[in-house]
Amino acid sequence: MNFPILSSLILLPIVGALFLFFTKDKNGNILTAKYVALFTTIVNFLISIYLWISFDQSTSSFQFIEDRTWIEGLINYKVGIDGISILFIILTTFITPLCIISVNNSVKNRLRDFLIAILIMESFMIGVFCALDLVVFYLFFEAGLIPMFLIIGIWGGARRVYSAFKFFLYTLLGSVLMLVAIISIYWITGTTDVVKLYEIGIDVKYQNLLWLAFFSSFAVKTPMWPVHTWLPDAHVEAPTAGSVLLAAILLKMAGYGFIRFSLGLFPVASETFTPLIYVLSVIAIIFTSLIALMQEDMKKLIAYSSVAHMGFVTLGIFTLQQQGIEGSIIQMISHGLVSAALFLTVGVVYDRMHSRLISTYGGLVSVIPKYSILFMIFALASLGLPGTSGFIGEFLILMGAFKDNFLVAVVASLGVILGAAYMLWLYKRVVFGKLINEDLKKIVDLNRSEYFILSCLAAPILFYGFYPDPLINTIEVSVTDLIDMHKTNLASK
Amino acid sequence: MELSIIFLPLIASIISGFFGRYIGDRNSEIVTSALVSISALLSVHVLYQVIVNQYEENIVIATWINSGSLNVNWSMLIDPLSAVMLVVVTSVSSLVHIYSIGYMSHDPHKPRFMAYLSLFTFAMLMLVTSDNFIQLFFGWEGVGLCSYFLIGFWFKKESANAAAIKAFVVNRVGDFGFALGIFLIFYLFGTVNYSEVFQQIPTIVDKNLSFLGFEVKAIDLICILLFIGAMGKSAQILLHTWLPDAMEGPTPVSALIHAATMVTAGVFLVVRCSPIYEYSPLILNFITIVGMTTAFFAATVALVQTDIKKIIAYSTCSQLGYMFFAAGVGAYNVAMFHLFTHAFFKALLFLGSGSVIHAFKDEQNINNMGGVWKKLPYTYALMIIGTLALTGFPFLSGFYSKDAIIEFAYLKGNTTGYYAAGVGIITAFLTSIYSWRLIFKTFHGEYNNKNIKIEETHESPLVMLLPLFILSIGAVFAGFLFKGLFIGHGDNFFWADSIKFLNPLSTEHPPLWFLLLTPCLVLLSIPIAYYLFVRNKDLPNDIALMNKPLYNFLLNKWYFDELYEVLFIKSSKKIGLFLWKFCDGTIIDGFGPDGISSFIKKCSIKATKFQSGFIYQYAFIMLLGFSAFLTFLIVK
Repeated sequence: MNFPILSSLILLPIVGALFLFFTKDKNGNILTAKYVALFTTIVNFLISIYLWISFDQSTSSFQFIEDRTWIEGLINYKVGIDGISILFIILTTFITPLCIISVNNSVKNRLRDFLIAILIMESFMIGVFCALDLVVFYLFFEAGLIPMFLIIGIWGGARRVYSAFKFFLYTLLGSVLMLVAIISIYWITGTTDVVKLYEIGIDVKYQNLLWLAFFSSFAVKTPMWPVHTWLPDAHVEAPTAGSVLLAAILLKMAGYGFIRFSLGLFPVASETFTPLIYVLSVIAIIFTSLIALMQEDMKKLIAYSSVAHMGFVTLGIFTLQQQGIEGSIIQMISHGLVSAALFLTVGVVYDRMHSRLISTYGGLVSVIPKYSILFMIFALASLGLPGTSGFIGEFLILMGAFKDNFLVAVVASLGVILGAAYMLWLYKRVVFGKLINEDLKKIVDLNRSEYFILSCLAAPILFYGFYPDPLINTIEVSVTDLIDMHKTNLASK
Repeated sequence: MELSIIFLPLIASIISGFFGRYIGDRNSEIVTSALVSISALLSVHVLYQVIVNQYEENIVIATWINSGSLNVNWSMLIDPLSAVMLVVVTSVSSLVHIYSIGYMSHDPHKPRFMAYLSLFTFAMLMLVTSDNFIQLFFGWEGVGLCSYFLIGFWFKKESANAAAIKAFVVNRVGDFGFALGIFLIFYLFGTVNYSEVFQQIPTIVDKNLSFLGFEVKAIDLICILLFIGAMGKSAQILLHTWLPDAMEGPTPVSALIHAATMVTAGVFLVVRCSPIYEYSPLILNFITIVGMTTAFFAATVALVQTDIKKIIAYSTCSQLGYMFFAAGVGAYNVAMFHLFTHAFFKALLFLGSGSVIHAFKDEQNINNMGGVWKKLPYTYALMIIGTLALTGFPFLSGFYSKDAIIEFAYLKGNTTGYYAAGVGIITAFLTSIYSWRLIFKTFHGEYNNKNIKIEETHESPLVMLLPLFILSIGAVFAGFLFKGLFIGHGDNFFWADSIKFLNPLSTEHPPLWFLLLTPCLVLLSIPIAYYLFVRNKDLPNDIALMNKPLYNFLLNKWYFDELYEVLFIKSSKKIGLFLWKFCDGTIIDGFGPDGISSFIKKCSIKATKFQSGFIYQYAFIMLLGFSAFLTFLIVK
């Protein structure tokens, strides 16, 4: 048997977390903990890059499969990746080290425990993206809640407890239904192995209910309108690194779930419920963009813009067009980078001024020009300017949507106008204008590590904006086959 | 070599933007100006090759997006149309670069400014040389972005920031239509490459689509959607509101972006898509009407404005209207001809007004100027040339192109055509009046400025006058020299396949009285304007007082801004607030998490009351329960 590369990817951060337990958490020793965590995550990133290089792009079947019996005759620990999941794994392993570097500026107390939470979360999230067994997926999917809950609840802001519980309540409510659905799938088909389920299919008469159960969980995590209200609160209260992980990766689990499970397992139901998804997505895009326009808190604004962007993602997935699904995946990757970057940029000024209110700022460009330039790049990527990765995603999604339904595409395109409005208005109020607040005059520009983090995020945003081929090539075959499979499934039933 | 035309400005922008701090202001200025000038010389060479050798080329630089059947390349298409645009863009751009060295000499952020100008040039070149709609869209948004940066260049000015955002967002409204047009093209043809799309157009001429509940012809739909994009970029009526505000930017920017190049992108789009538009007479008529209305509307507003740059901005708006109605009557080559000549004389006027503003130390109100023509002799002379060219004074460039538009409208021979020709003539007269008003109020009469003395006004330095001088040569001779090439009927049709005519353009000539009408009106307008604005200055004021409502209507630009403020900005803010506070806050949270948790809390508070600790209460409850249970058993 080959080297279990996926399991090592999943386990390595946990091993790192164990090591962290044995570092002393006293003043002066904080750096040790940080270096251990950083080292672990960077190694993990390198492994995932190796994975990408050795990944065979010409086939859509799962690769690097590991299949071990966990509970005899019931559950197998089965992991494997295809072109869709590998990108999310790399996104995870790429964002996590950046989070860890950013941490020393924002988290003051119990740094070691914070790092442990982040590492464990990385494990779980990688697990989600390579799980090929429904039970394994469910476990990773739900376990990811716990570290996030702690990150918000312990290291959060003033209303952290309220936000943490709101976050937990919402997400758990949806998940319970998914668990029920998974158990029923086992009863119906006798297996929870995703690959086998793809082959045998699930009886049409059960599909609608099962789809709804999965949907309730994914919709909350995406988040889709109207179950999105936990997100702004969670983001506002979470520390910067927490917001980054939440926006960049946690939200993507649901989009990934829609592609892997909703489309793959329940083709007929997916077709039936497409109008529902369209309506909710379009509402999310328009409503939350309008709400974002009126926000006074920078983090809340970005959180609401995330809801709008994820609206594009769900819209694209259910167009069931090549361009739509590929656009959604690229949009998710792009949003992972852009929203991470935007939360970090807010974090930078928050660390210095301890305010997230837009009205505190204004005229920053004359005191911190480097920061302003990078912020501009991220703002532009967020509003989908051609030449940034945001454009490729949005444009492909809308193109796919247009093929499927004119009305939806037209209304969703309006979101692009609103996106420009709220993002540029935010930027103008924070960065341009006269420097009125006296305290801002003493503000210092990006330090070396902040500069490094933000540049690391800006580089792929621009690179994939001009040359998205590496991304598209990776997912192309998998998406094509997914659509083909979906069509044959539909035709046969 | 062709590629260096595009990439030299990009390199210039990168050098000046990222390394400007290290190489210094002067070096950034020299590097950017030099590289863009080289690019201009190469463009002229390419145009020469195109004219003489019928040179055409489609260079693929790299792949961009490959998703399923969607294949998009970074590419460079050289044909007569793009070659003309290359020359217009790079030559005006290089002159503006040079001019800016003088104009921005007191500004602390020169490298940044030069970097934006060069970046804009790059984006504009990407736009005009694209061989597919998506790269066109890239350039389209790219120039919009640079325009945003440059309008808001003086970032401390609140009005400049507001204008920058307005420009970007209004353009996005246009881009919304444009993007939908691209989606529709991809939906119908499965490709976004010009040549492949244009080839397939005849196959869908009779195809109908049901769009948002309406049954429409597919071709009309494509045309109208693309035209919405063009309306945004070229500031046509309804989407024009950003252009006058864009004058908040430095004057060289107005000359380059808001007169000569970016705003003409819409016209370029329509001309580029002539193989599509030719099949949609309905939308061509619509374009004629929009163009004509804009030309007239903008000219009326320009009559009463007092800001020197806003007058010229409205004049640009009006001239763009002319270009559109030329395209609308099917005379695409004439539209391009006017675009070509307009670039010279309008850039000249803008840069000239910049020179005036410079002389008056940032005064822009023409009521606060006057009587300085002896102090600024060169600027005065060059502005006169620009004005003569703009108004269509015989044998200057505007005369050839603008009159040709009116003639072709007349020759079209249908109602819209005659109507357009009529409005065109009236607008030409108005154009002449407001242009001379500007000249007379700025340079003649008494000196009216209280802030600086007339002795302190000064002629601009050579580095600013030289570009003006070169542009004035273009303004004088461009029409005469290129008339035959652009709108001639010779055997060697210059535009080759880049412009498509379904029916060949009429080669007749309109009657002589018609040909003479416009020049006569233009000539007549000079003494009228002189009388009104120099001799008898009270008369215009009296007229304004007599027609107060009309005057206010014009002064407030037909109240478009106020209307949009109420209709879109305020209402979307209100809706946003409502959705946030009420929908999200009261309804979703109120009945969702908060509601549920408070409900559970209430229930549990009720439940805890049972555990009071008094035995008699427990006993009573037990008794109750027991008797209820018994009753249930018995009844059953």
